[in-house]
Amino acid sequence: MKTSRRGEIYDVMKVREDFPVLARKVNGHQLVYLDNAATSQKPRQVIAALVDYYERYNANVHRGVHTLSIEATDAYEEARAKVQKFINAPVPESVIWTRNTSESINLVAYAYARKHLKAGDEIVTTVMEHHSDLISWQQICKELGTRLRFIPRTEEGLIDLSTIDEIISARTKLVAVTHMSNVLGTIVPVREIAERAHAVGAVILVDGAQSVPHMPVDVQDLDCDFLAFSGHKMLGPTGIGVLYGKPEILEDMQPFMYGSDMILEVSYEGAKWNQLPYKFEAGTPNIADAIATGAAVDYLENLGMDAVWRHEQQLTAYALRRFAELENYRVVGPTDPSLRGGTISFTHDQVHPHDLGTALDRLGIAIRTGHHCAMPLVKSYGHAAVARASMYIYNHEGEIDHLIEGLKQAEGYFSHAGSRRS
Amino acid sequence: MQDLGDLDSLYRELILDHHRSPRNTEPLISPDVEVDAVNPFCGDEVKVQLKTSGGTLNGISVTGRGCSISQSSASMMGELVKGRSVEDAMRARRAFQALMKGEALTEDQLADLGDLEALQGVKRYPVRIKCALLAWSALEDALKRVRA
Ligand SMILES: Cc1ncc(COP(=O)(O)O)c(C=O)c1O
Repeated sequence: MKTSRRGEIYDVMKVREDFPVLARKVNGHQLVYLDNAATSQKPRQVIAALVDYYERYNANVHRGVHTLSIEATDAYEEARAKVQKFINAPVPESVIWTRNTSESINLVAYAYARKHLKAGDEIVTTVMEHHSDLISWQQICKELGTRLRFIPRTEEGLIDLSTIDEIISARTKLVAVTHMSNVLGTIVPVREIAERAHAVGAVILVDGAQSVPHMPVDVQDLDCDFLAFSGHKMLGPTGIGVLYGKPEILEDMQPFMYGSDMILEVSYEGAKWNQLPYKFEAGTPNIADAIATGAAVDYLENLGMDAVWRHEQQLTAYALRRFAELENYRVVGPTDPSLRGGTISFTHDQVHPHDLGTALDRLGIAIRTGHHCAMPLVKSYGHAAVARASMYIYNHEGEIDHLIEGLKQAEGYFSHAGSRRS
Repeated sequence: MQDLGDLDSLYRELILDHHRSPRNTEPLISPDVEVDAVNPFCGDEVKVQLKTSGGTLNGISVTGRGCSISQSSASMMGELVKGRSVEDAMRARRAFQALMKGEALTEDQLADLGDLEALQGVKRYPVRIKCALLAWSALEDALKRVRA
Protein backbone atom coordinates (compact mmCIF):
# COMPACT_ATOMS: atom_id res chain seq x y z
CA MET A 1 0.00 0.00 0.00
CA LYS A 2 1.48 3.34 -1.03
CA THR A 3 1.26 6.47 1.04
CA SER A 4 0.76 9.76 -0.77
CA ARG A 5 2.75 12.94 -0.34
CA ARG A 6 0.59 14.18 2.53
CA GLY A 7 1.10 11.00 4.50
CA GLU A 8 -2.27 9.75 3.33
CA ILE A 9 -2.95 6.20 2.32
CA TYR A 10 -4.47 7.33 -0.97
CA ASP A 11 -4.85 10.75 -2.52
CA VAL A 12 -7.90 12.08 -0.70
CA MET A 13 -7.97 15.29 -2.77
CA LYS A 14 -8.21 13.21 -5.92
CA VAL A 15 -10.99 11.11 -4.44
CA ARG A 16 -12.87 14.30 -3.57
CA GLU A 17 -12.91 15.33 -7.21
CA ASP A 18 -15.16 12.35 -7.88
CA PHE A 19 -17.86 13.73 -5.55
CA PRO A 20 -19.66 16.66 -7.15
CA VAL A 21 -21.53 17.65 -4.02
CA LEU A 22 -18.32 18.20 -2.07
CA ALA A 23 -17.65 21.30 -4.18
CA ARG A 24 -20.80 22.88 -2.81
CA LYS A 25 -20.93 25.92 -0.62
CA VAL A 26 -23.35 25.98 2.29
CA ASN A 27 -24.20 29.31 3.90
CA GLY A 28 -21.22 30.84 2.13
CA HIS A 29 -18.74 28.22 3.33
CA GLN A 30 -17.16 25.22 1.69
CA LEU A 31 -19.27 22.19 2.66
CA VAL A 32 -17.67 19.96 5.31
CA TYR A 33 -19.76 16.80 5.20
CA LEU A 34 -19.47 14.84 8.44
CA ASP A 35 -22.81 13.03 8.47
CA ASN A 36 -21.65 9.90 6.72
CA ALA A 37 -23.10 7.51 9.27
CA ALA A 38 -26.53 8.77 8.16
CA THR A 39 -25.75 8.50 4.47
CA SER A 40 -22.65 8.88 2.32
CA GLN A 41 -22.20 11.11 -0.69
CA LYS A 42 -22.11 9.55 -4.16
CA PRO A 43 -19.26 9.63 -6.67
CA ARG A 44 -19.78 10.46 -10.35
CA GLN A 45 -19.20 6.82 -11.23
CA VAL A 46 -22.28 5.76 -9.25
CA ILE A 47 -24.42 8.58 -10.64
CA ALA A 48 -23.20 7.69 -14.14
CA ALA A 49 -24.20 4.04 -13.66
CA LEU A 50 -27.74 5.15 -12.86
CA VAL A 51 -27.94 7.47 -15.85
CA ASP A 52 -26.38 4.88 -18.14
CA TYR A 53 -28.99 2.29 -17.20
CA TYR A 54 -31.89 4.67 -17.75
CA GLU A 55 -30.48 6.14 -20.95
CA ARG A 56 -29.17 3.03 -22.63
CA TYR A 57 -30.73 -0.22 -21.48
CA ASN A 58 -33.70 0.41 -19.21
CA ALA A 59 -35.82 -2.76 -19.25
CA ASN A 60 -37.31 -5.21 -16.83
CA VAL A 61 -35.19 -8.12 -15.69
CA HIS A 62 -35.63 -11.87 -15.92
CA ARG A 63 -38.60 -11.65 -18.24
CA GLY A 64 -37.62 -10.67 -21.74
CA VAL A 65 -35.82 -12.15 -24.69
CA HIS A 66 -35.04 -8.75 -26.16
CA THR A 67 -31.61 -7.16 -26.04
CA LEU A 68 -32.37 -4.46 -23.47
CA SER A 69 -33.87 -6.92 -21.04
CA ILE A 70 -30.91 -9.24 -21.43
CA GLU A 71 -28.48 -6.39 -20.81
CA ALA A 72 -30.43 -5.18 -17.78
CA THR A 73 -30.58 -8.70 -16.35
CA ASP A 74 -26.86 -9.20 -16.89
CA ALA A 75 -26.00 -5.89 -15.21
CA TYR A 76 -28.35 -6.59 -12.30
CA GLU A 77 -26.84 -10.03 -11.71
CA GLU A 78 -23.32 -8.73 -12.22
CA ALA A 79 -23.91 -6.22 -9.44
CA ARG A 80 -25.02 -9.07 -7.19
CA ALA A 81 -21.81 -10.94 -8.00
CA LYS A 82 -19.79 -7.82 -7.14
CA VAL A 83 -21.45 -7.60 -3.75
CA GLN A 84 -20.88 -11.33 -3.27
CA LYS A 85 -17.13 -10.92 -3.81
CA PHE A 86 -17.07 -7.74 -1.74
CA ILE A 87 -18.27 -9.56 1.38
CA ASN A 88 -16.74 -12.90 0.35
CA ALA A 89 -20.09 -14.67 0.25
CA PRO A 90 -19.85 -18.27 -1.02
CA VAL A 91 -22.34 -17.95 -3.90
CA PRO A 92 -24.19 -15.09 -5.64
CA GLU A 93 -27.60 -16.46 -4.65
CA SER A 94 -26.76 -15.89 -0.99
CA VAL A 95 -27.02 -12.14 -1.73
CA ILE A 96 -30.60 -10.85 -1.67
CA TRP A 97 -31.49 -7.32 -2.72
CA THR A 98 -33.71 -5.46 -0.29
CA ARG A 99 -34.55 -1.79 0.26
CA ASN A 100 -32.16 -1.17 3.15
CA THR A 101 -30.73 -2.62 6.34
CA SER A 102 -34.06 -2.28 8.09
CA GLU A 103 -35.84 -4.38 5.50
CA SER A 104 -33.08 -6.98 5.57
CA ILE A 105 -33.50 -7.36 9.32
CA ASN A 106 -37.27 -7.48 9.00
CA LEU A 107 -36.92 -10.20 6.41
CA VAL A 108 -35.03 -12.36 8.90
CA ALA A 109 -37.51 -11.54 11.66
CA TYR A 110 -40.49 -12.51 9.54
CA ALA A 111 -39.16 -15.31 7.40
CA TYR A 112 -36.73 -16.92 9.85
CA ALA A 113 -37.61 -16.05 13.46
CA ARG A 114 -41.33 -16.54 13.09
CA LYS A 115 -40.81 -20.02 11.71
CA HIS A 116 -37.97 -21.24 13.91
CA LEU A 117 -38.56 -19.61 17.31
CA LYS A 118 -41.20 -20.37 19.93
CA ALA A 119 -42.24 -19.22 23.40
CA GLY A 120 -39.48 -19.67 25.95
CA ASP A 121 -36.67 -19.27 23.40
CA GLU A 122 -34.32 -16.32 23.73
CA ILE A 123 -33.04 -13.72 21.31
CA VAL A 124 -29.79 -11.98 22.24
CA THR A 125 -28.73 -8.54 21.08
CA THR A 126 -26.53 -5.76 22.48
CA VAL A 127 -27.31 -2.54 24.32
CA MET A 128 -25.93 -0.52 21.40
CA GLU A 129 -28.26 -1.49 18.58
CA HIS A 130 -29.83 0.90 16.13
CA HIS A 131 -33.63 0.90 16.49
CA SER A 132 -33.69 -1.15 13.26
CA ASP A 133 -32.06 -4.06 15.04
CA LEU A 134 -33.99 -3.66 18.27
CA ILE A 135 -37.63 -3.06 17.46
CA SER A 136 -37.98 -6.03 15.11
CA TRP A 137 -36.85 -8.33 17.91
CA GLN A 138 -39.01 -6.64 20.52
CA GLN A 139 -41.99 -7.22 18.26
CA ILE A 140 -41.07 -10.84 17.58
CA CYS A 141 -40.79 -11.38 21.34
CA LYS A 142 -44.24 -9.87 21.90
CA GLU A 143 -45.68 -12.06 19.19
CA LEU A 144 -43.96 -15.36 19.99
CA GLY A 145 -43.39 -15.08 23.72
CA THR A 146 -39.62 -15.22 23.30
CA ARG A 147 -37.34 -13.24 25.60
CA LEU A 148 -34.93 -10.51 24.51
CA ARG A 149 -31.59 -10.37 26.32
CA PHE A 150 -28.81 -7.83 26.05
CA ILE A 151 -25.05 -8.07 25.97
CA PRO A 152 -23.94 -5.11 28.13
CA ARG A 153 -21.35 -2.43 27.49
CA THR A 154 -18.45 -1.28 29.59
CA GLU A 155 -18.46 2.20 31.09
CA GLU A 156 -16.30 3.38 28.21
CA GLY A 157 -18.62 1.95 25.57
CA LEU A 158 -16.98 -1.30 24.57
CA ILE A 159 -18.89 -4.57 24.41
CA ASP A 160 -18.56 -6.47 27.68
CA LEU A 161 -18.12 -10.16 26.90
CA SER A 162 -17.50 -11.24 30.49
CA THR A 163 -21.00 -12.69 30.92
CA ILE A 164 -21.50 -13.86 27.37
CA ASP A 165 -21.65 -17.56 28.33
CA GLU A 166 -24.51 -16.85 30.67
CA ILE A 167 -26.37 -14.53 28.26
CA ILE A 168 -26.03 -16.76 25.20
CA SER A 169 -27.25 -20.12 26.47
CA ALA A 170 -29.00 -23.26 25.30
CA ARG A 171 -32.23 -21.21 25.25
CA THR A 172 -30.76 -18.76 22.72
CA LYS A 173 -32.01 -19.37 19.20
CA LEU A 174 -31.04 -16.12 17.51
CA VAL A 175 -28.34 -13.52 18.12
CA ALA A 176 -28.56 -10.14 16.39
CA VAL A 177 -25.71 -7.68 16.87
CA THR A 178 -24.40 -4.60 15.21
CA HIS A 179 -20.87 -4.76 13.82
CA MET A 180 -20.17 -1.12 14.56
CA SER A 181 -22.22 1.21 16.74
CA ASN A 182 -23.66 4.14 14.83
CA VAL A 183 -23.42 6.26 18.00
CA LEU A 184 -20.26 5.22 19.83
CA GLY A 185 -18.26 4.00 16.84
CA THR A 186 -17.48 0.87 18.88
CA ILE A 187 -16.44 -2.18 16.93
CA VAL A 188 -18.33 -5.20 18.23
CA PRO A 189 -16.35 -8.47 18.49
CA VAL A 190 -18.68 -10.29 16.14
CA ARG A 191 -16.45 -13.28 15.52
CA GLU A 192 -16.32 -14.17 19.23
CA ILE A 193 -20.06 -13.69 19.59
CA ALA A 194 -20.70 -15.84 16.51
CA GLU A 195 -18.56 -18.59 17.97
CA ARG A 196 -20.56 -18.60 21.18
CA ALA A 197 -23.86 -18.45 19.27
CA HIS A 198 -22.94 -21.43 17.16
CA ALA A 199 -21.71 -23.37 20.17
CA VAL A 200 -25.27 -23.27 21.55
CA GLY A 201 -26.86 -23.91 18.15
CA ALA A 202 -28.16 -20.37 17.58
CA VAL A 203 -27.93 -18.39 14.34
CA ILE A 204 -26.35 -14.94 14.26
CA LEU A 205 -27.37 -11.89 12.27
CA VAL A 206 -24.88 -9.06 11.93
CA ASP A 207 -26.09 -5.51 11.30
CA GLY A 208 -23.33 -4.34 9.00
CA ALA A 209 -24.85 -0.95 8.15
CA GLN A 210 -21.87 0.84 9.72
CA SER A 211 -19.13 -1.71 9.09
CA VAL A 212 -19.49 -2.86 5.49
CA PRO A 213 -18.94 0.69 4.11
CA HIS A 214 -15.81 1.25 6.19
CA MET A 215 -13.80 -1.93 6.72
CA PRO A 216 -13.15 -5.25 5.03
CA VAL A 217 -16.03 -7.55 5.98
CA ASP A 218 -15.78 -11.24 5.17
CA VAL A 219 -18.90 -13.23 6.01
CA GLN A 220 -17.07 -16.53 5.94
CA ASP A 221 -14.35 -15.28 8.25
CA LEU A 222 -16.91 -13.79 10.66
CA ASP A 223 -18.97 -16.95 10.26
CA CYS A 224 -22.21 -14.99 10.48
CA ASP A 225 -25.43 -16.55 9.27
CA PHE A 226 -26.94 -13.27 8.09
CA LEU A 227 -25.44 -9.88 7.26
CA ALA A 228 -27.60 -6.81 6.63
CA PHE A 229 -26.42 -3.53 5.11
CA SER A 230 -27.53 -0.53 3.03
CA GLY A 231 -26.25 0.76 -0.30
CA HIS A 232 -26.71 4.40 0.60
CA LYS A 233 -24.10 4.41 3.36
CA MET A 234 -21.42 2.99 1.05
CA LEU A 235 -21.51 5.42 -1.90
CA GLY A 236 -24.55 3.77 -3.44
CA PRO A 237 -28.06 5.13 -4.01
CA THR A 238 -30.90 5.15 -1.50
CA GLY A 239 -33.60 2.51 -1.73
CA ILE A 240 -31.30 -0.49 -2.06
CA GLY A 241 -29.92 -2.81 0.59
CA VAL A 242 -28.58 -6.30 0.97
CA LEU A 243 -29.29 -9.35 3.03
CA TYR A 244 -26.65 -12.01 2.92
CA GLY A 245 -27.69 -15.38 4.30
CA LYS A 246 -26.01 -18.77 4.42
CA PRO A 247 -27.57 -20.60 1.48
CA GLU A 248 -28.73 -23.62 3.47
CA ILE A 249 -30.52 -21.36 5.95
CA LEU A 250 -32.13 -19.26 3.20
CA GLU A 251 -33.28 -22.44 1.47
CA ASP A 252 -35.12 -23.46 4.58
CA MET A 253 -37.00 -20.15 4.89
CA GLN A 254 -40.41 -19.22 3.58
CA PRO A 255 -40.78 -16.19 1.29
CA PHE A 256 -41.24 -12.83 2.98
CA MET A 257 -43.35 -11.29 0.26
CA TYR A 258 -45.40 -12.83 -2.47
CA GLY A 259 -45.77 -11.88 -6.11
CA SER A 260 -44.08 -12.21 -9.45
CA ASP A 261 -40.44 -13.19 -9.86
CA MET A 262 -40.50 -15.20 -6.65
CA ILE A 263 -42.46 -18.10 -8.12
CA LEU A 264 -41.45 -20.95 -10.38
CA GLU A 265 -44.79 -22.37 -11.36
CA VAL A 266 -48.28 -21.12 -10.67
CA SER A 267 -51.65 -22.79 -10.97
CA TYR A 268 -55.01 -21.42 -9.87
CA GLU A 269 -54.63 -23.41 -6.68
CA GLY A 270 -51.09 -22.63 -5.62
CA ALA A 271 -47.51 -21.85 -6.52
CA LYS A 272 -44.04 -23.31 -6.27
CA TRP A 273 -41.41 -20.94 -4.93
CA ASN A 274 -38.57 -19.89 -7.15
CA GLN A 275 -34.99 -20.76 -6.26
CA LEU A 276 -32.65 -18.46 -4.32
CA PRO A 277 -32.28 -15.52 -4.36
CA TYR A 278 -35.49 -14.82 -6.30
CA LYS A 279 -37.67 -16.45 -3.68
CA PHE A 280 -37.03 -13.30 -1.64
CA GLU A 281 -37.24 -10.74 -4.44
CA ALA A 282 -40.94 -10.45 -5.21
CA GLY A 283 -41.96 -8.07 -7.97
CA THR A 284 -39.84 -5.89 -10.22
CA PRO A 285 -36.72 -5.19 -8.19
CA ASN A 286 -34.83 -1.93 -7.79
CA ILE A 287 -32.79 -2.59 -10.91
CA ALA A 288 -31.11 0.78 -11.37
CA ASP A 289 -30.03 1.14 -7.77
CA ALA A 290 -28.73 -2.42 -7.61
CA ILE A 291 -26.59 -1.77 -10.68
CA ALA A 292 -25.34 1.50 -9.18
CA THR A 293 -24.48 -0.32 -5.95
CA GLY A 294 -22.26 -2.52 -8.10
CA ALA A 295 -20.53 0.68 -9.25
CA ALA A 296 -20.15 1.77 -5.62
CA VAL A 297 -18.52 -1.57 -4.80
CA ASP A 298 -16.16 -1.09 -7.74
CA TYR A 299 -15.23 2.33 -6.41
CA LEU A 300 -14.47 1.01 -2.94
CA GLU A 301 -12.58 -2.03 -4.27
CA ASN A 302 -10.52 0.29 -6.39
CA LEU A 303 -9.38 2.16 -3.29
CA GLY A 304 -9.15 -1.13 -1.40
CA MET A 305 -11.11 -1.69 1.79
CA ASP A 306 -7.88 -2.07 3.77
CA ALA A 307 -6.88 1.40 2.61
CA VAL A 308 -10.34 2.81 3.37
CA TRP A 309 -10.19 1.42 6.88
CA ARG A 310 -6.62 2.61 7.49
CA HIS A 311 -7.51 6.08 6.24
CA GLU A 312 -10.45 6.27 8.64
CA GLN A 313 -8.40 4.95 11.52
CA GLN A 314 -5.78 7.64 10.96
CA LEU A 315 -8.40 10.33 10.68
CA THR A 316 -10.23 9.07 13.77
CA ALA A 317 -7.02 9.09 15.79
CA TYR A 318 -6.39 12.66 14.63
CA ALA A 319 -9.93 13.78 15.45
CA LEU A 320 -9.83 12.20 18.91
CA ARG A 321 -6.54 13.99 19.63
CA ARG A 322 -8.11 17.27 18.57
CA PHE A 323 -11.24 16.63 20.66
CA ALA A 324 -9.03 16.00 23.69
CA GLU A 325 -7.80 19.61 23.40
CA LEU A 326 -11.31 20.91 23.93
CA GLU A 327 -12.08 21.54 27.55
CA ASN A 328 -15.86 21.49 27.61
CA TYR A 329 -16.59 18.95 24.89
CA ARG A 330 -16.75 15.25 25.79
CA VAL A 331 -16.55 12.31 23.46
CA VAL A 332 -19.20 9.69 24.18
CA GLY A 333 -17.67 6.30 23.45
CA PRO A 334 -14.28 4.59 23.35
CA THR A 335 -11.27 6.84 22.91
CA ASP A 336 -8.81 4.18 21.73
CA PRO A 337 -8.89 4.63 17.96
CA SER A 338 -8.01 1.00 17.31
CA LEU A 339 -11.26 -0.18 18.95
CA ARG A 340 -13.58 2.09 17.02
CA GLY A 341 -14.54 3.57 13.70
CA GLY A 342 -14.78 7.16 12.54
CA THR A 343 -18.16 7.95 14.05
CA ILE A 344 -17.60 10.30 16.97
CA SER A 345 -20.44 11.37 19.24
CA PHE A 346 -19.90 14.20 21.68
CA THR A 347 -21.60 16.68 23.97
CA HIS A 348 -20.82 20.10 25.36
CA ASP A 349 -21.20 20.75 29.06
CA GLN A 350 -23.65 23.59 28.52
CA VAL A 351 -24.61 23.95 24.88
CA HIS A 352 -27.32 21.62 23.62
CA PRO A 353 -26.39 19.44 20.60
CA HIS A 354 -29.15 21.02 18.50
CA ASP A 355 -27.82 24.47 19.06
CA LEU A 356 -24.33 23.23 18.15
CA GLY A 357 -25.72 21.65 14.99
CA THR A 358 -27.41 24.85 13.91
CA ALA A 359 -24.26 26.88 14.62
CA LEU A 360 -22.01 24.47 12.68
CA ASP A 361 -24.43 24.53 9.77
CA ARG A 362 -23.93 28.30 9.53
CA LEU A 363 -20.26 27.43 8.94
CA GLY A 364 -21.08 24.85 6.27
CA ILE A 365 -20.32 21.91 8.56
CA ALA A 366 -22.87 19.08 8.44
CA ILE A 367 -23.12 16.93 11.56
CA ARG A 368 -26.09 15.13 13.04
CA THR A 369 -27.66 15.73 16.42
CA GLY A 370 -30.27 13.77 18.33
CA HIS A 371 -30.63 10.23 19.62
CA HIS A 372 -29.41 8.69 16.34
CA CYS A 373 -32.07 5.98 16.41
CA ALA A 374 -30.51 4.50 19.53
CA MET A 375 -32.61 6.13 22.23
CA PRO A 376 -31.95 3.64 25.07
CA LEU A 377 -28.19 3.77 24.45
CA VAL A 378 -28.02 7.57 24.42
CA LYS A 379 -30.21 7.67 27.53
CA SER A 380 -27.89 5.21 29.30
CA TYR A 381 -25.21 7.90 29.07
CA GLY A 382 -27.58 10.36 30.70
CA HIS A 383 -28.34 12.28 27.50
CA ALA A 384 -31.47 12.77 25.44
CA ALA A 385 -29.38 13.85 22.48
CA VAL A 386 -25.75 13.95 21.40
CA ALA A 387 -23.91 15.53 18.47
CA ARG A 388 -22.19 13.21 16.02
CA ALA A 389 -19.49 13.74 13.42
CA SER A 390 -18.92 10.74 11.16
CA MET A 391 -16.23 10.36 8.52
CA TYR A 392 -15.70 8.62 5.25
CA ILE A 393 -13.20 8.11 2.45
CA TYR A 394 -13.19 11.75 1.31
CA ASN A 395 -12.77 13.49 4.66
CA HIS A 396 -9.37 14.85 5.65
CA GLU A 397 -7.57 16.47 8.54
CA GLY A 398 -8.28 19.96 7.27
CA GLU A 399 -12.00 19.26 7.70
CA ILE A 400 -11.47 17.98 11.22
CA ASP A 401 -9.67 21.26 11.91
CA HIS A 402 -12.71 23.15 10.59
CA LEU A 403 -14.95 21.10 12.84
CA ILE A 404 -12.84 21.80 15.92
CA GLU A 405 -12.60 25.48 15.04
CA GLY A 406 -16.37 25.56 14.50
CA LEU A 407 -16.97 23.93 17.87
CA LYS A 408 -14.78 26.53 19.55
CA GLN A 409 -16.69 29.29 17.79
CA ALA A 410 -20.03 27.82 18.76
CA GLU A 411 -18.95 27.56 22.36
CA GLY A 412 -17.79 31.17 22.30
CA TYR A 413 -21.00 32.29 20.68
CA PHE A 414 -23.26 30.68 23.23
CA SER A 415 -21.20 31.54 26.29
CA HIS A 416 -20.58 35.18 25.31
CA ALA A 417 -24.13 35.60 24.22
CA GLY A 418 -24.94 37.17 27.57
CA SER A 419 -23.02 40.30 26.62
CA ARG A 420 -24.90 40.84 23.36
CA ARG A 421 -27.73 43.26 22.89
CA SER A 422 -31.02 41.63 22.16
CA MET B 1 -17.52 35.54 16.17
CA GLN B 2 -18.09 37.20 12.84
CA ASP B 3 -19.02 33.97 11.08
CA LEU B 4 -21.73 33.13 13.55
CA GLY B 5 -23.02 36.67 13.75
CA ASP B 6 -26.05 35.98 11.61
CA LEU B 7 -27.21 33.51 14.22
CA ASP B 8 -28.23 36.51 16.29
CA SER B 9 -31.55 36.64 14.44
CA LEU B 10 -32.28 33.16 15.80
CA TYR B 11 -30.65 33.25 19.20
CA ARG B 12 -31.91 36.54 20.59
CA GLU B 13 -30.56 37.38 24.01
CA LEU B 14 -33.98 36.93 25.57
CA ILE B 15 -34.03 33.34 24.31
CA LEU B 16 -30.68 32.48 25.80
CA ASP B 17 -31.69 34.15 29.03
CA HIS B 18 -34.84 32.04 29.35
CA HIS B 19 -32.78 28.96 28.45
CA ARG B 20 -30.19 29.69 31.12
CA SER B 21 -32.73 30.55 33.79
CA PRO B 22 -36.10 29.07 32.94
CA ARG B 23 -39.11 30.47 34.81
CA ASN B 24 -41.91 28.62 36.63
CA THR B 25 -40.00 25.39 37.06
CA GLU B 26 -41.24 24.65 40.59
CA PRO B 27 -43.39 21.49 40.35
CA LEU B 28 -47.01 21.93 41.49
CA ILE B 29 -48.04 19.92 44.53
CA SER B 30 -51.34 18.62 43.23
CA PRO B 31 -51.84 19.77 39.65
CA ASP B 32 -55.23 19.41 37.99
CA VAL B 33 -53.58 18.25 34.80
CA GLU B 34 -50.12 17.22 33.77
CA VAL B 35 -48.94 16.64 30.20
CA ASP B 36 -45.58 15.48 28.85
CA ALA B 37 -44.56 16.20 25.30
CA VAL B 38 -41.56 14.65 23.59
CA ASN B 39 -40.14 15.46 20.20
CA PRO B 40 -39.31 12.00 18.86
CA PHE B 41 -36.77 13.40 16.41
CA CYS B 42 -34.49 14.93 18.99
CA GLY B 43 -35.64 13.66 22.37
CA ASP B 44 -36.47 17.12 23.71
CA GLU B 45 -38.96 17.00 26.55
CA VAL B 46 -41.40 19.44 28.14
CA LYS B 47 -43.71 18.82 31.07
CA VAL B 48 -46.62 21.19 31.74
CA GLN B 49 -48.62 21.12 34.98
CA LEU B 50 -51.69 23.29 35.46
CA LYS B 51 -53.93 24.31 38.29
CA THR B 52 -57.12 26.12 37.38
CA SER B 53 -60.06 27.65 39.08
CA GLY B 54 -62.99 29.33 37.43
CA GLY B 55 -61.38 29.17 33.99
CA THR B 56 -58.16 30.85 35.14
CA LEU B 57 -54.69 29.28 35.10
CA ASN B 58 -53.64 30.20 38.59
CA GLY B 59 -50.84 27.68 38.79
CA ILE B 60 -48.40 26.56 36.11
CA SER B 61 -45.16 24.63 36.14
CA VAL B 62 -43.09 24.13 33.01
CA THR B 63 -40.03 21.90 33.06
CA GLY B 64 -38.05 19.89 30.57
CA ARG B 65 -34.78 19.43 28.83
CA GLY B 66 -33.58 20.14 25.37
CA CYS B 67 -32.22 22.82 23.12
CA SER B 68 -32.36 26.55 23.80
CA ILE B 69 -35.26 27.02 21.39
CA SER B 70 -37.54 24.38 22.89
CA GLN B 71 -36.75 25.33 26.47
CA SER B 72 -36.91 29.10 26.07
CA SER B 73 -40.22 28.80 24.27
CA ALA B 74 -41.48 26.69 27.18
CA SER B 75 -40.29 29.18 29.77
CA MET B 76 -41.74 32.20 27.95
CA MET B 77 -45.00 30.37 27.45
CA GLY B 78 -45.34 29.73 31.18
CA GLU B 79 -44.67 33.37 31.94
CA LEU B 80 -47.21 34.48 29.39
CA VAL B 81 -50.16 32.32 30.34
CA LYS B 82 -49.71 32.30 34.12
CA GLY B 83 -52.73 33.90 35.76
CA ARG B 84 -54.55 34.25 32.45
CA SER B 85 -57.78 32.63 31.35
CA VAL B 86 -57.97 29.38 29.44
CA GLU B 87 -59.37 31.40 26.52
CA ASP B 88 -56.39 33.77 26.57
CA ALA B 89 -53.99 30.85 26.62
CA MET B 90 -55.71 29.23 23.64
CA ARG B 91 -55.56 32.51 21.77
CA ALA B 92 -51.86 32.88 22.53
CA ARG B 93 -51.25 29.38 21.24
CA ARG B 94 -52.97 30.18 17.96
CA ALA B 95 -51.03 33.41 17.64
CA PHE B 96 -47.70 31.70 18.32
CA GLN B 97 -48.43 28.98 15.82
CA ALA B 98 -49.26 31.63 13.22
CA LEU B 99 -45.99 33.38 14.02
CA MET B 100 -44.05 30.17 13.42
CA LYS B 101 -45.89 29.56 10.16
CA GLY B 102 -44.76 32.97 8.99
CA GLU B 103 -48.29 34.35 8.82
CA ALA B 104 -48.80 38.06 9.24
CA LEU B 105 -50.03 38.81 12.77
CA THR B 106 -52.36 41.57 13.80
CA GLU B 107 -51.20 44.15 16.37
CA ASP B 108 -53.42 42.46 18.92
CA GLN B 109 -51.96 39.06 18.22
CA LEU B 110 -48.41 40.36 18.57
CA ALA B 111 -49.33 42.05 21.83
CA ASP B 112 -50.78 38.73 23.00
CA LEU B 113 -47.38 37.10 22.60
CA GLY B 114 -45.21 39.35 24.75
CA ASP B 115 -41.62 38.11 24.97
CA LEU B 116 -42.37 35.24 22.63
CA GLU B 117 -42.00 37.62 19.74
CA ALA B 118 -38.25 37.07 20.29
CA LEU B 119 -38.70 33.62 18.76
CA GLN B 120 -39.69 35.14 15.40
CA GLY B 121 -36.29 34.26 13.92
CA VAL B 122 -37.06 30.56 14.28
CA LYS B 123 -39.36 30.64 11.28
CA ARG B 124 -36.30 31.06 9.07
CA TYR B 125 -34.96 27.72 10.37
CA PRO B 126 -37.75 25.31 9.43
CA VAL B 127 -36.20 22.31 11.20
CA ARG B 128 -36.25 24.22 14.48
CA ILE B 129 -39.93 25.21 14.36
CA LYS B 130 -40.88 21.90 15.95
CA CYS B 131 -38.58 22.78 18.86
CA ALA B 132 -40.38 26.07 19.43
CA LEU B 133 -43.81 24.44 19.27
CA LEU B 134 -43.10 21.52 21.61
CA ALA B 135 -44.19 23.23 24.83
CA TRP B 136 -47.26 24.62 23.13
CA SER B 137 -48.47 21.22 22.07
CA ALA B 138 -48.21 20.14 25.71
CA LEU B 139 -50.13 23.24 26.79
CA GLU B 140 -52.81 22.65 24.20
CA ASP B 141 -53.32 19.09 25.44
CA ALA B 142 -53.43 20.29 29.01
CA LEU B 143 -55.97 23.00 28.21
CA LYS B 144 -58.19 20.54 26.40
CA ARG B 145 -58.17 18.33 29.45
CA VAL B 146 -58.96 21.25 31.72
CA ARG B 147 -61.99 22.00 29.61
CA ALA B 148 -63.15 18.41 29.38
C1 LIG C 1 -26.19 0.37 12.78
C2 LIG C 1 -27.34 0.68 11.87
N1 LIG C 1 -28.28 -0.23 11.65
C3 LIG C 1 -29.31 0.00 10.84
C4 LIG C 1 -29.47 1.19 10.21
C5 LIG C 1 -30.67 1.41 9.34
O1 LIG C 1 -30.31 1.56 8.03
P1 LIG C 1 -31.43 1.93 6.95
O2 LIG C 1 -32.05 3.19 7.43
O3 LIG C 1 -30.65 2.11 5.68
O4 LIG C 1 -32.38 0.80 6.93
C6 LIG C 1 -28.52 2.19 10.40
C7 LIG C 1 -28.65 3.49 9.72
O5 LIG C 1 -28.96 4.52 10.20
C8 LIG C 1 -27.44 1.94 11.26
O6 LIG C 1 -26.52 2.87 11.50
